[in-house]
Amino acid sequence: MEEGYSQEVMRTTATLGRKEAWDHAKARMGIARMEHRVRPGLYALGEPTRSSPVLVTANYSLSFDALRSSLPGRDAWVLVLDTGGINVWCAAGKGTFGTEELVRAIEATKLSERVDGRTLILPQLGAPGVSAQEVHGATGFKVEYGPVRAEDLPFYLDRGECTDAMRTVRFDLRDRLVLAPVELRNHRWGLALLVLLAVLVPFYGLEVLVVALGGLLLFPALLPYLPGKDLSLRGMALGALLVTPFALFQLASGMDAATLLAVPAEFLLMVPLAGYLGLNFTGSTPFTSRTGVRREIFTYIPKMAAMAVLGAVIGGVALLVHWGWL
Amino acid sequence: MEIGTLDVMSPQNGGRINTLVFYPGRCVRCGMCLKVCPHRVFALEGERIRLARPADCMECGACRKNCPSHAIEVDSGVGCASAMIKAALRGREDVVCGEDCCR
Repeated sequence: MEEGYSQEVMRTTATLGRKEAWDHAKARMGIARMEHRVRPGLYALGEPTRSSPVLVTANYSLSFDALRSSLPGRDAWVLVLDTGGINVWCAAGKGTFGTEELVRAIEATKLSERVDGRTLILPQLGAPGVSAQEVHGATGFKVEYGPVRAEDLPFYLDRGECTDAMRTVRFDLRDRLVLAPVELRNHRWGLALLVLLAVLVPFYGLEVLVVALGGLLLFPALLPYLPGKDLSLRGMALGALLVTPFALFQLASGMDAATLLAVPAEFLLMVPLAGYLGLNFTGSTPFTSRTGVRREIFTYIPKMAAMAVLGAVIGGVALLVHWGWL
Repeated sequence: MEIGTLDVMSPQNGGRINTLVFYPGRCVRCGMCLKVCPHRVFALEGERIRLARPADCMECGACRKNCPSHAIEVDSGVGCASAMIKAALRGREDVVCGEDCCR
């Protein structure tokens, strides 16, 4: 693919086909993460005139496709910024979907010669990177922030405003679960090791695998229903929940000294593991602040480490008892 | 300089829960913060803007960046434990997202 802003106006449609479906599936599974990009530049969606609205997005294919597919039957200009193939929100946080890049894109595409209007509609989640007043000062274009989600664009374009709900980020079940395949892929080697462990050490290995998979898959799904405000605490609650059936099974099978030591050791080891996975989910949510995460790290990491150490010691003693050395 | 609602304090954690500060005296009531905040932290009360839900702030920095009269201050950054722990383990000051994350 050619790099940099296209000098020519490119054409696009609101229809997504099989090619896009395949590209989206790969992106969601974390395959070729850096290759889901479109050429930055100015696109004609439908048959825009010099007075059609100008919408701005990032050159991540999922961002571009979400925008255009939400506008069937409409004519608009789509200005795609070069964010290095990163979505609007993440790129805005890094500043690549930002004031400088927007100014560069306006100049590179000769936008002011191609349209009569002097208003740009940006996704609301691009605002952390863009200073509307600086863009106006540098280019004469007025920045308006549209809704958070592209699907609300028709409403915004028709009425010129958004409802409060359209301006608020949500974190629905679908949003939470769409990240799971990427999480699994990121942890694939660790999980492969745990599968091996589950084969070699059937009971305990399976327990660790269940807690790890639970932390990666069940945690996002159950997030709103887990007790506690901090994600670490919610993760720990899930960990305790997942260890409980294993502990009950053991206690039901016999209450010798080794089992009575092993059960608390399991809780002390598995609960912080799930808590740590919960803590690591902070970056995936649209709620956590840097200050809040820093506090969470300093609050929970020492406690989780202490629990794990204590669990390892008790577990060691349980093993010695089990082998008859104590 | 008029200081409005200061940092949000929470006795439970013994400190501030975020770095958002709003200076109502500097506010020109353009309404930009109402539009850009994804958590409805600001609200219009009559003619004035006020901090309605300061504890919900995730420090994205959109309001500060788009406030034409510098009436908002917030220390924005990556609220990701994974990135912060990785940076700490490598002894680095800058917290950034990795290649395999954050797309």
